[in-house]
Parts: sequence; C-alpha cells; structure tokens
Amino acid sequence: MITIHVNGTPQQVDAEDGMPLLWAIRDVLNMTGTKYGCGVGACGACTVLIDGVAMRSCSFPVGLAAGKDVTTIEGLKTGDTLHKVQQAWIDAQVPQCGYCQSGQIMAAVALLQEKSRPTEADVEEAMTNICRCGAYTQIRAAINAAARA
Amino acid sequence: MISRRFVIFSGIAAAGGLAVGYALTPFSTLERAAQLVAKEGAASLGAWVRIGSDNSVTVIVPHSEMGQGVHTALPMMLAEELDADWSLVSMEQAPPDVAFANGAMVREYLRGDMSIPGWMSGVTEFGSRKIAELTHLQITGGSTAVRYTGVRAMRVAGAAARRMLIKAAAAAWNVSEGEIEAKQSRLSHKSGKNATYGEMAVAAAAFDPPVDPPLKAKKDYKIVGTPMKRFDIPAKVDGSAKYGIDVRQPNMSFAVIAASPVYGGTLKSVDEKPAMAMRGVKKVVKFPDAVVVVADNTWRAKEALLALQPIWDDGENANLTQASIFEGMTAALKKGDLTEDYGNGDVDDALKSAKNVVESLYRVPYLAHATMEVMNCTAHFEGDKLTLWGGFQDGLGSRAAAAKFAGLAIENVTLHHMAMGGGFGRRGRQRQRTIDYLERAIAVARQVEGPVQLVFTREEDMTQDNYRQASVAWMKAALDDDGKVNAWLHTFTEKHDPPEAVRVNYGFANQAVRYATGTNPVPWGSWRSVDHSQHGFFIESFMDELAYAAKTDPFEFRRAHLADAPRHRAVLELAASMAGWSNPRQPGRAMGIAIREIFGTIVAQVAEVSLTNDGRVRVHRMWSAVDPGEVINPATFTAQIQGGAIYGLTAALYGEISIDKGRVVQQNFPDYEMVRMADAPEHEVRFIESGARTGGAGEPGTVPVAAAVANAVFALTGQRVRELPLMKAKFIGKTGGS
Ligand code: FES
Ligand code: FES
Repeated sequence: MITIHVNGTPQQVDAEDGMPLLWAIRDVLNMTGTKYGCGVGACGACTVLIDGVAMRSCSFPVGLAAGKDVTTIEGLKTGDTLHKVQQAWIDAQVPQCGYCQSGQIMAAVALLQEKSRPTEADVEEAMTNICRCGAYTQIRAAINAAARA
Repeated sequence: MISRRFVIFSGIAAAGGLAVGYALTPFSTLERAAQLVAKEGAASLGAWVRIGSDNSVTVIVPHSEMGQGVHTALPMMLAEELDADWSLVSMEQAPPDVAFANGAMVREYLRGDMSIPGWMSGVTEFGSRKIAELTHLQITGGSTAVRYTGVRAMRVAGAAARRMLIKAAAAAWNVSEGEIEAKQSRLSHKSGKNATYGEMAVAAAAFDPPVDPPLKAKKDYKIVGTPMKRFDIPAKVDGSAKYGIDVRQPNMSFAVIAASPVYGGTLKSVDEKPAMAMRGVKKVVKFPDAVVVVADNTWRAKEALLALQPIWDDGENANLTQASIFEGMTAALKKGDLTEDYGNGDVDDALKSAKNVVESLYRVPYLAHATMEVMNCTAHFEGDKLTLWGGFQDGLGSRAAAAKFAGLAIENVTLHHMAMGGGFGRRGRQRQRTIDYLERAIAVARQVEGPVQLVFTREEDMTQDNYRQASVAWMKAALDDDGKVNAWLHTFTEKHDPPEAVRVNYGFANQAVRYATGTNPVPWGSWRSVDHSQHGFFIESFMDELAYAAKTDPFEFRRAHLADAPRHRAVLELAASMAGWSNPRQPGRAMGIAIREIFGTIVAQVAEVSLTNDGRVRVHRMWSAVDPGEVINPATFTAQIQGGAIYGLTAALYGEISIDKGRVVQQNFPDYEMVRMADAPEHEVRFIESGARTGGAGEPGTVPVAAAVANAVFALTGQRVRELPLMKAKFIGKTGGS
C-alpha cells in the first residue's frame, strides 16, 4: 500500500511501486480527468502537480509519489469556484476536442505559480504539451488573461 | 421511395410542450424518434427541438462533437429561426437510432444538389446503396453537419415551431397572426397580451406545422454570426468530460492489443505463461492476426503484453519498404496505364505542340491521424445483449456495424456516445477496414466476463492506423506566349475522396487528371480533408513553379487565372492584402501563397517563413482569408481554421509514416513529431460571407498551408520543395527577403 495525498485527501493505493502515477490515478483511484496520450513523457496529456511542480505522471512511478501532494485537474476548483486558469480557458473558449486540456491547464497553473507575469519565451518554454487540435492561439491568450486576472 | 417522404412533424406528449422535427422518413420512424427523446416535463413528437412548459428549448443534434463546435452551431441555427432566448437553449445528442439519420443529406441528394460523396460508400450497413444508405447515416465528417443538417433541417424546424407558436397565440387571443410578435422566447400582442413560448407550447402542438416556413434574411440574424460560447467547454476544463477511455464500470477489465506489425501477417504462436504469471492478468486472448492481454488495469495489461513474444507469420508484405512503394508508384505513373478522371480540351495535343513545358514529380508520405485520445472502446455482453461505450463519428453506422459484427439484431445493441478526443476521420468507418477498434473490443468482450475496455497503446494506435495515402504526382503543364497555362496534366497515384479534390478553379483551356491504382497494400483512411491534403500541396506548389516559369509574381499569376472565379479571386486578394503581399519583408524572411476550395469553403493562406541556423524552416505568421458562404459561430470557425492549419503544418513540417520490412517505423510522438506552441505561428483569419451555399469549417484550414509554406521556402531559398515533410531537408538561405 502506498499513501499519496491527492487533491488534499490521503489515498491508499494498492499498486506496485513501479506503476506510473498516471495509471494509479486513472485505473486504481478511477479519477479520469488526467489523460493518457503517449505513456513516454512526450505529450503532456498526463500532467499533474507533485508538490506544486508540473510532472508528466506517465513517467513518474507511484512509489516515488508516496507521501507527496498530488494535484490533478479535479482538484483545481475551490468549492464550486473555478481556478483562474480554468476560468480563462472558458473565457477564451480554448478546448476543441478537449482531451489535452487537463494537461495544458495543469502546466499553465504551474507556470503561473512560478512566474506570475510570464514572458512569451517563458510561456513557450513551459508549454510543450501537444494539442492535436491546434488550439495554441487560444491557449496563449488564456494564459495571458489568467496572468492579468 | 413511396413509403418515404419529407415531412415537418410535430406533436405533444403527456407532460405538455411542443416538439418539431423535420425529416425524410416513414412515420413509424418519427414516432420512434419521439419516444426516444420524450422527457418528463416536456412534450415531444419530434426529432429536433423540444420546448418545455418551463420555456426551456432543447435542440437534439444528430452529430458527434469532436471539438468542431457542432453541438453549439446547430442549436444556434435552430434558435435563430425560432427567435429563442439563447440563454434558455441547451442541446442533447441524439441517440444512435435510425430516426436520427441524416435526413437532410437525403433531401439534398434528392434535390440533385449533391451526389453521394465517395467517402460515404462503405460506411453504411442497411440496404443497398443510395437512399436506403443515406437514411442510415449519422456521420460527422466531410463538414456535413452545418452544411446539411443545419441548413436543411435545423433552420426549417425552428421556423416551423415559431409559426405554430404564433398560430396558437393568435387563436388564444383571438387576433390575427400578423399582429403577433415572437421574440426572445416570448409572444406578445399590442393589446398587452403576452406569453412565453413554454406557456403556449401545448396549444401550439395542436396546429399542423407549415410545409415550407419562410426563413429569416441574414440581416435579421441575432444569434447566428455571433461568437456564442460552446456548450461542451465547461466540462473540458475541470476534468469532468468523459471520453471513451474514461469509461469505468463495475467489475471492468482492461485489455491491450498487439496486432501483426506487418499488414496481412498472422499470429503463429505465443507462449502465454510470462503474461499469465504477472499480477492482475486475467487472460491472454489470441486472434488470427493479434494477441490481447486482459488485466485488472491498463498498465498491467500493457506490461504483460510486453512480456509476450508472439511469433508472427509476416505474410507477403514482409519485404515492403517505403522506397519500394515510392518506386512502384513512380513506375506506375511513367508506364501510363492510367484511369481518366476529369478533363476538358485536349491536353495531350496541347502539350505536344507547346514550346514552354514544365514538369515535376512530387511526393508525400503516409500520415497517421494520431488523435490525442488513442483508439479505444468498452464492450459488455450480457446474454445476447451488447452494450458499447466509445467515441464514434457515425454513431448510428457504428451501432449497425457492431450489430452486424456481433451477429445481433440492432435492437440488442446499445451504444453510448462518449466525448471524442479527436476524430479527424479516424473514428469513422473506413472502406478497407471497418471500425477496427469497435470490432476488436467486441471480439475481446465475447471472451471476458463483465465489461472490458480495449485500449490501443499509442504505439499500437500509430502503427495500426488507416493512413492518409502516400502518393506520387507527376505534374506537367504548358505556358503560352502570354505566360498563361494552356495545358495542365495532373497524374497521381490512388484516388479516394472527395472526387473534386483534384479540381482547380483556374481557367485552363486544356486539362486532364489521371491516376494509377493498386500501388500499395497499406490501409487507407480518410484523414482530415481526405484527398485534399495531398492535392492541395501538389496543385498549389506546381502553380507556384509555373508562376516563376512565367516570370510572374505568384499572387498575380494565380489572380490572372481566376478571371472567371470571382469568389476565389476575392479570397485570394483578401489574403494578399492581409499579409501585405507587396510590402518588403525583413531580411531573411519570405512569403508563400496558396488557395483551394474544400467542401464548399474557399481558403487562401499566406505563410511567412525564415530559416533557423541549422537550415530548418520556421513559420512565423499566417494569414487566412476564408469564404464559407456564411459563418454560424465566428469564434469556433476561426479556431477551426487555426487548428486545421496547425494540423496541416504538422504534416508539412514533420509528418511522415514510413514502411520498413512491411511495418510502420514510427511508434510514438518522439518520432512522429507535432507542432507545439513554440512552433505555432501567429495566425490571422478573416471571413468573406458571400452568401453562397454553406461550406465546411473543420477541414479547409488544413489544406493550403503545406504549399503556402513550401512556396515561401522557395521564395526564400530558390530551392523547390517537391517532397514532404520539410524537416527531412536542409535549406540554405539566399540573402535578403522576397
Ligand atoms: S501521456 Fe504522459 S506525456 Fe504523454
Ligand atoms: S483540444 Fe484536442 S488535443 Fe487539444
């Protein structure tokens, strides 16, 4: 049994240490907002925050997450109030198919925690997630709006 | 034909309210549609709209949402004609039932306004071809939703419902219909009498729907043409949207598959023991051409599959290589035993007598769809009942395909539509293969207790796709003394759909299009914009070559050939003016232009490029001018053009699936790279609403970009790009801009 704190709640995960955190979240805890895209750290669909840092959970063994704070897309709201990044995503009408957006939002949240007024270059460096629908114009606009919010 | 007819139908059910639909279908089907969408608190006898006594308006949309905004655009069209209060409008996806087939497409067909698109052949199950076929379609693709369902059904249903509400109010208040105002979901009369639509809905249902209700003039639009927020977006920012891969059922298993890596190969044997010894593994399932591991979660199934060492019989494609495929294609074109596709004048004669002939050989590779959500489907057998969950571009066709594959009556198959993490053609039925992920899931579920979710790993998704065809084109043209094209000969390998993808709108006196078939065994699938994706590159790159051969500016050259195509000319001119085509660029940068018509929408794109220090192409800015006839939701449409262009740019810069020893080489994103944010150009989009027949939104943006970028590279370097992707080549800059 591995204990991880997911969105503030301690969770017992019955899994091998080597199971990627992604699958522990999706298939053991059945929290499906975090997505599988490639399994090899190349797309960012699985991005979560581990102790506040954006991580690609498909390439992060659940054993290493023991005792750590994991934030997923489901944990961004405070009560019924959306996180400012989520709100900016709605205002800019970012998602198309939406599948990559949990990961995009988590990466953006981490970026804005680190740099409240990111430059264009900061944004490009932090936002390397793939959006197959190509919603990059809207993602950029939403990050800029959230930084001002 | 006799038992079918066009009708606007309406009715009322127990709880009160009005429902209106519009379809080509027998009445028995209408009643069925009514039952399917009937809800407590609202009445329904119809397929498209339900007005509740609480004044709510629910629009039933028979298409799948893939992010193209159709779940919002279609309700906008209906609400516009209904004069509804948009804040009271919501949508519901129609169940995959015959009652919700694309009746509007049938009507379009019968009017002679469209032919059955080639991409639809092979996607239906019931009956023989033509009408029977169309009545069982619920497909989302080829930009059909707004073009057919929206224009021919949603508008009419909305207008009919509005008329009936007016009639009801006129009767109730004993005034003439002409004195009643209907707007913002409210009816009123100058006497001060007024009622909400909901209050009048039950009475309205007693009136016959008008046969051909007048539709609004564009100048009176209040909803259509404004950037309404999409209904599907809130669930996509908080993790609550459920995609096929997110289905979780009690007692569910997870399965992962490896099919023969070589096309046509078979499974000789596999030792199950290494997998069965691993934690959580329930079963190893063998198919003639694949092996599947079923476990208690996806990762354990994946790991166990890796532990297996299946022995394959590679079959006859074992020695296939990309080079041999391309050689075969080129040889087929040179040999000249080609199918005549389209033409006018006498191109062979014109070429023979011409002084100035230009010819070039182009080629493009296979492309995978690489939807962000990998292929998956969840299936559950309970006796002779089958339940399915997944994302499908054609819900009804998929349900029918499932029934056929499972050997069940369609009534015994329940299909739950989940959100789709991208479609781009992959989640529709293909001609050469059926809906592979659906059939695989059903086959696995037969051998497993309880529900089972079959997931393609990204590697499997990429190597077992239905691919955009690799293709070679041999282009040949003659210029006359005025520097105009006098002959145009476009020959290429493998024609799929749509038939018009090879057409040009330039006025060429002599032209011919010919193609070779049977050049390769790799499974084909429609890929965003289908054949337009390769022909856009061939045609518009070659046009650029001709412009230089004629010593004319590439924009002016195109313009001069569009004298008889005023809409195209206007689009081309707008793109050029947006980009400041005639203004000098900063040093080290140059622009390219291209124009195509795709599913009724005309798009001209300009790209501005530079080279990186190591000779790679970088696209800084793009401008798109678009004439889709009319724009329903400008925000969504803009996003579709921009996103479509990213899809096309990814293909132009990086996209390549190649074959070696009969297998796909690329496995995952590191070797099938995508445009990411740092690569994404700034992209301005502007529309011309010419009022012509409505064109598509999802595909057009994908098409001209490859040629626009390649043409810019030529302007910058003098190196003509005749092969994609661009990242395979290194370029050396000339000095200065274009
Ligand atoms: S799924 Fe983790 S980076 Fe792609
Ligand atoms: S919105 Fe579809 S992949 Fe990003």
